[in-house]
Amino acid sequence: MEETVYKELESEEYFINMGPQHPSTHGVLRLVLSLDGEIIRKVEPHIGYIHRSIEKMCEHDSYQQIVHLTDRMDYLSCHINNEAVCLGVEMGLQLEVPERVKVIRTIIGELTRLSSHQLWWGVMGMDLGAITTFLYGFRDRELITDIFEETCGARLTMNYNIPGGLMFDIHPNFQKRTKDFITYFKKKLPEYDDLLSNNVIFRERTLGIGNLSKEDAISFGVTGPTGRASGFSCDVRKHHPYSAYNKVEFKEILRTEGDCYARYQCRIDEMWESLSIIEQLIDNIPEGPYKAPTKAVIKLPKGEFYQKVETARGEFGVYIISEGQKSPYRLKFRSPGFSNLSALNHMAQGCKIADLVAIMSTLDLVIPDIDR
Amino acid sequence: MPASTCSQLKAGSLIDIKMKSIVNYFKEIFFGLKSLVTGLRVTGHYFTHPKEIITQQYPENRETLKMFERFRGEVVLLHNENNEHKCTGCSACEVACPNGTIEIIHKRVDVDGRKVKALDTFVYHLQMCTMCGLCIPACPTDAIVMANTFEHAVFDRSKLTKVLNNPGSKIMDGIK
Amino acid sequence: MKWLYDFSYLTHAIHKGLSERFEPGTVVILEMVMVGVAFMLLFAVLGLVLVYAERKVSAVIQQRLGPMRVGKWGTAQTLADVVKLLLKEPLINKDADRFLFNLAPFVIMIAAFMAIAALPFAKGLHAIDFDIGILYIAAVSSLGVIGILLAGWSSNNKYSLIGAMRSGAQIISYELSVALSLLTIVVLTGSLQLSVIVESQADGWWIFKGHIPAMIAFLIFLIASTAETNRGPFDLAEAESELTAGFHTEYSGLKFAFFFLAEFANMFIVAGIGATVFLGGWMPFHIGTWEGFNAVMDFIPPIVWFFGKVGFMIFLMMWFRWTFPRLRIDQLLTLEWKYLLPINLMNIVLMAFLSLMGWHF
Repeated sequence: MEETVYKELESEEYFINMGPQHPSTHGVLRLVLSLDGEIIRKVEPHIGYIHRSIEKMCEHDSYQQIVHLTDRMDYLSCHINNEAVCLGVEMGLQLEVPERVKVIRTIIGELTRLSSHQLWWGVMGMDLGAITTFLYGFRDRELITDIFEETCGARLTMNYNIPGGLMFDIHPNFQKRTKDFITYFKKKLPEYDDLLSNNVIFRERTLGIGNLSKEDAISFGVTGPTGRASGFSCDVRKHHPYSAYNKVEFKEILRTEGDCYARYQCRIDEMWESLSIIEQLIDNIPEGPYKAPTKAVIKLPKGEFYQKVETARGEFGVYIISEGQKSPYRLKFRSPGFSNLSALNHMAQGCKIADLVAIMSTLDLVIPDIDR
Repeated sequence: MPASTCSQLKAGSLIDIKMKSIVNYFKEIFFGLKSLVTGLRVTGHYFTHPKEIITQQYPENRETLKMFERFRGEVVLLHNENNEHKCTGCSACEVACPNGTIEIIHKRVDVDGRKVKALDTFVYHLQMCTMCGLCIPACPTDAIVMANTFEHAVFDRSKLTKVLNNPGSKIMDGIK
Repeated sequence: MKWLYDFSYLTHAIHKGLSERFEPGTVVILEMVMVGVAFMLLFAVLGLVLVYAERKVSAVIQQRLGPMRVGKWGTAQTLADVVKLLLKEPLINKDADRFLFNLAPFVIMIAAFMAIAALPFAKGLHAIDFDIGILYIAAVSSLGVIGILLAGWSSNNKYSLIGAMRSGAQIISYELSVALSLLTIVVLTGSLQLSVIVESQADGWWIFKGHIPAMIAFLIFLIASTAETNRGPFDLAEAESELTAGFHTEYSGLKFAFFFLAEFANMFIVAGIGATVFLGGWMPFHIGTWEGFNAVMDFIPPIVWFFGKVGFMIFLMMWFRWTFPRLRIDQLLTLEWKYLLPINLMNIVLMAFLSLMGWHF
C-alpha cells in the first residue's frame, strides 16, 4: 500500500493518494482524494495503468481473432464480451445463427453473470472487513468455472464464441452439471443474506451512503445494476433483446433509493433472476448445428455497425467501422466501467474515507475494462 | 439510530413520543443482535463441519488429480505408434493464430516425382500462446489438439520454445 | 499429584527450599525473578499457540486448511514467522523521536505483564493477590493506551498519528464499559479481590447465578473487550483495506513482533478476566446435587478448567472477527456512548436491586 501526502499550504485541504496498488480498488486504479479532515471534497481517478491498446490490436486481427482479445477486457464477463463482438459481426454479415447457438449463448452468458456477481459479493464483504465472504463467494464460483472448464476448456478466458456460432458443441455433461449447480446455489444464496444483507453492521455502513439520483445516473451514463438502483431502466436485455432473451421471462430489477444498499440489493436480486433464466432454458436446448457456415476469411461489408449487450457491469457496446477488408478499420468498445467510474466523484461528495471504500465496491469496477 | 425529535408542546404527546422512541431503541438493539447471531450461525456451521473443507493440497494430490479433457493446456501434434503425424505443413494454423505463436518451417520433398511443400519443423512458442484455441479448428487434417497439461513452469526460458514434431517422424500416408 | 490440584503445595515447597538456603531478602528477589521468567515463557508460548490457533480457526471457517506445510499440520508456522520477523531490518524514520519510538512497544508489553500477574490461574497459583484486584487490572490495562499514543506520535507520520488517536479514543471509551460490566458482578460478590470472586463461585458460576443481569453484563463485556483489544469488528485503526495503516505502520522487525504479541496477550488477558469474573475462574462446572457428574468434573485439574474457559472466550473473539464487517469510527463511538453505556448503567441498577431483594441464586 503506498500513500504519499502532498500538503497544500494555502487551503485547509490536503491530498491523499490511494495508489495504483491498493487492496480495495479492484485493479490498478489511482485515486487522488482531496480531503478536508475526514470528509472527501473531490475524488480524481487516474486510469491507464493497464492500457494494452486492445482497440489498436483489433485493427490488425481478423474478426475471429478479435474475439479472444475481448476476453481480457472485462475478464469477469468474458463470454458476454465475446458474444458482443460475434453478434456485431453477424449483424454485419446478416447471418442468422441456429436456435441452439442462441440458447446456449444465453445460458452461458447468465452463468457468467452469476459468477461475476458471486465474485463481487465476496469482494464487497472483504472490503468492508468480513473476510470470510471472499472465500464463500469463490467457493460457489468454483462450480461455475468447473462447468466452463468442462465445456469450453478454460476457466476465465473462454473464447468459446466465434462469429457464426460456437467453436465446438457443448459437453454431454453440461446440462446435468448446470442443473446440479442451480440446486446447490439456490440453497446457498440465502446464506449470503444471512451473512451480509441483514447484518446490522453492514446496513449501517451502506444505507444512505453514496446517493445517485436518477437524473445524475442518466447524465453520467451509468448503466447496469448501478444505474438500475437509481431507477434508470437501462437493461439491454429488455430494451434491445439479443440471443434468446426475448423468449424468457425475467424481471428487470429497479430500485429508487440509489444508495449503496440499493446497488447491493440489485445485484443480489439479479442473481436470483439469472438462476430463473437458466432454469427456464436448460431443459429446452433445441437440437441443431452448433454453428452457421461462414467463410474461412470473414470480410464485413463497408459500413458501421454497433451492437450492445448487457454485461454484469452494464451496457457494453462494440462499434465497428469496416472498409470491406478482413480487419476492421476502427473498432471501439463502449465499456460500462468507464462511465460508472465517472460518477464516483459525484457520489463520494461529503463522505468519509471509509465510505469511499464501500461506494467503490458497490460500483463493481473492473479496471482492465476501463483501460482496455 | 432513533430520531427522537419532538417539537410538540403538549405534555401528553411528549411522553407518548418518548415512550415510542424508547421502544424503538430496544427494538433496534434486539433486531441488531438477532442479525448478528444469524451471521454467527452461518460461520459456526462451517466451523463445526470440517468435512466441508473444499481445498486440495496440490502437489501431494497429483496421483488423483484429473483435469477435464477439454482444458486448454498446450498445443501438441499427434503422433501414432509409428511416429507419424498428420501435418501437411499447410500453415493454416499459423495464419489463424493471432499473435504469431506458431511458426511452420517448410522443406521440399519428393513425392511421386514432384517437389511438394512439407513440414520441416513446427515451432511452437509456448511463452506467447494465449490458449485461445483458434488453431485447432483451422487445421484441415486435425493434426493438432489442445492437451490438458498445465504444469509449464520452467527455469530456462528457451525450454518454452518447443518443436512439436518428433525427430524422424514423417507424415502418414494418404493425407493431403 | 495433589500439587496439580492445589498449587500452594508447590509454591510452599519452593519457598521453604529457598528460605533454607538464602536470606529473606534474596529469597524475595529470586522468587520475583522466577515469576517474571515464568510469565515471559507464558507470553512466548501464548504467542505461538494463539497465532497458530487463529490461522487454523479462520481457515476452517473459510472452508480451507490453513498452514499445513511447515511442521506437521503446520505447527511450526508461527516459529518460522517469528524467525522471519527477527531477521528483518529494524528501520527507524529519520525524523522520528528515537527514544519514544523504541519505548512504545515496551510500554505496551509492561502493561500486559502487569495485568496478567493479577489473574488467578489455579488454586494457589496467583502471582499478585491484591484486595483491590479488579480495580488494579482496570487501572493497569489503561497504561496500554500510552504505548499506542507514543507509537503513533513518535513515528512522525500523519497516518500513524491519526490511527493512534482513533485507537486511543476507542480504547478509552470502551474501558468504561468493561469496568462497569465487571462492577455488575462485584455487586454480587461484595469484594474486589479476584481470589474471593473465584471462591464465591464454588457453588455455581456467576453467569448462571446472576441470571439475566449477569448475562447482559457478560454480553457487554464481550463486545467491549473485543473493542479494547482493537480486534474483530472494531479494528478500523489497523485494517488493511482502509487508508491509514494504524499506529504500527513504521515498525518492522522485532518491535513489530512486540505489537503483534501484545495484541494476542491482551486478548488472553481480557479473556482471562472474563473467565475469572463471569465463568468461575478455575472452578469446575457443577450442576446442583449431581454427585457423580460433580465428581467427574472435579477430577479435571483447575488449571485445565481455567485455560479451557479462556480458550472458549478467545474462540468467541475469533469467531466475531471472521464473521462481521468492520464498523466505522463514528459508529464505533456511537455504539459505546449511546448504546452500551446506558444499558450498562441500567443493568447495574437492576443487579443492585436484585441483590438487595435476594433474587439471585
